[in-house]
Amino acid sequence: MSALPILPVLIPLGTACLGMLGHRSLRAQQTVSVAGAVALVVVAVALLARTATGEILTLDAGGWSAPFGITFVADAFGAIMVLLAAVTGLAVVVYSVASVDLPRKRFLYYPLTHVLLAGVCGAFLTGDIFNLYVCFEILLLSSFVLLSLGSERGQLEGAIKYVTLNLISSAIFLSASGLLYGTLGTLNMAHLSVRAAEAVAEGRGHVVTIVAMLFMVSFGIKAAVFPLFFWLPASYHTPPFAVSALFAGLLTKVGVYAIVRVFTLIFVHDTGYTHTILLWVAALTMVSGVLGAAAQTEFRRVLSFHIISQIGYMILGVALLTPLAVAGTVFYIVHHIVVKANLFLVAGVAHRIRGTSDLSRPGRVGVYASAPMVALLFMVPAMSLAGVPPLSGFWAKLILIRAALDERAFVYVAVALLVGMMTLFSMTKIWAEAFWKSPGAGEGGAPGETAPRTPAGMLAPIAVLAAITAGIGLGARPVFEFSVLAAGQLLDPEVYVVAVLGEAFATPVEGVEP
Amino acid sequence: MKLLLALLVGGLFAAGMYLIVRRSIVKLIMGLILLSHGANLLIFASGGLVRAQAPLVEAGALAPEQPHADPVPQALILTAIVIGFGVMAFMMVLVSRAYRAVGTDDTEEFTGTDH
Repeated sequence: MSALPILPVLIPLGTACLGMLGHRSLRAQQTVSVAGAVALVVVAVALLARTATGEILTLDAGGWSAPFGITFVADAFGAIMVLLAAVTGLAVVVYSVASVDLPRKRFLYYPLTHVLLAGVCGAFLTGDIFNLYVCFEILLLSSFVLLSLGSERGQLEGAIKYVTLNLISSAIFLSASGLLYGTLGTLNMAHLSVRAAEAVAEGRGHVVTIVAMLFMVSFGIKAAVFPLFFWLPASYHTPPFAVSALFAGLLTKVGVYAIVRVFTLIFVHDTGYTHTILLWVAALTMVSGVLGAAAQTEFRRVLSFHIISQIGYMILGVALLTPLAVAGTVFYIVHHIVVKANLFLVAGVAHRIRGTSDLSRPGRVGVYASAPMVALLFMVPAMSLAGVPPLSGFWAKLILIRAALDERAFVYVAVALLVGMMTLFSMTKIWAEAFWKSPGAGEGGAPGETAPRTPAGMLAPIAVLAAITAGIGLGARPVFEFSVLAAGQLLDPEVYVVAVLGEAFATPVEGVEP
Repeated sequence: MKLLLALLVGGLFAAGMYLIVRRSIVKLIMGLILLSHGANLLIFASGGLVRAQAPLVEAGALAPEQPHADPVPQALILTAIVIGFGVMAFMMVLVSRAYRAVGTDDTEEFTGTDH
């Protein structure tokens, strides 16, 4: 047992506390914030290095042995998610220094960001379903405040929709946890896995399936799948760009993570029912997201709808539930978090240069004409999102499509390919309108107006994230091998159960509790 | 008692959802409060209703005397109530700010972010 699995929660929380203590000095806050984000990345890399060997790290909080205490578990999937959260967090914090306005920063912007990261990392590492609920609430509460901080009208309207839908989701999650405890008598996820198998053997499988559907709806709202995604495009384009990037990269993926976790570890007994629904949901999410994007003319709203369509790909992998498909899901999440956060960061720079995020209006200057480097940095994540080789998105889609072909799910292959093509259409639309086009005579701003210079603090995170995207694309093999390792662990719940509960639970036996 | 609680939970959920789909943001808050109360009561009921003593372990004993109440659902509800309290406090401030910014409590007018 080591303290490593809980450090990614403690470090952001500690950073947030330090930031609040030093709230009078903005410089101190920024220094602490960046240092905390770097520390989180270092710990996440250490965690990944440990889990890359196939080891599953566990920590029983307070020394209460599982399943009685609260357990933290870091398997390969959890560890890679923590690293992605840490990298996104660092990129966003650095970007925020140069881009977020002073009043927001004074209102504890940095501590809130770190509390959000603590919640996200906690959700990835907890081994307890109720603790997952608590982590969700931590990240939700800080996201509520980050979303509405600034109190602009659009923000408040978006925040009400976002908060309401997420609170309904939380109420369903809470009810489902209660029912699960009532049915299976435990909250520890590994123990739940064992107990669920027992319940099915005793002929109580239908109750477990009902609870599974409650979880699917609750996590589905958080992951923004069809038909529960309407809160996302109504809110993600309202806060500052740095906040949007953080949300776009991480929040829906926490929902996807939760779906992957419970539908590979606990609810795997009636896959003909639950996973067929997931399959339908995946296809409809892909299609409705990409069609929604085609109708939009606001930079971030286009990107928001693309989050939805990309979520569909990730769900597709879990729904197919083969080793290759789940590896595809893991790979897709790795690719997607980096790309999506980066696109929102680039949107911020483009907004700064053009003076508007509206794609139907000419900006004050063309981005390509005044800052070709920025335009190039947009191309990397945009083409990766559409799945153009050799970038990361190509491999992610290739693995999933290959997995679907193996399962002879040709309809889903067709949908995935078509949606990829339409994503390319959306990205070229953004490229043409926001980056390529220069305002003609009589359009745009005053003559002779030039774009403000983009600070290096905004460009550096974008460049690093774009380099990661290209790196995953060119060196896909290690990432793929890691995804296969993670998928192997996910599809063999016994590994997880033994790591948490010990050898006594290697084969389903009667539980310890009365 | 079980039936009564089941009806109560169902009633709270139904009333909560009804209020949420109304057009007023004040009723929206009421609805969310009822919904979270419904969820809390559901946990309480699903933990099992027994007329029993507190789950205290006597000195020297290894387990509490049967029958005893299950403490876990109560701990869960306590946590959920505290979280719900914080969320609701935030929600009220948010709604009052939104009311001042938009000038109405009719959600039909909250269309600034829809296009």
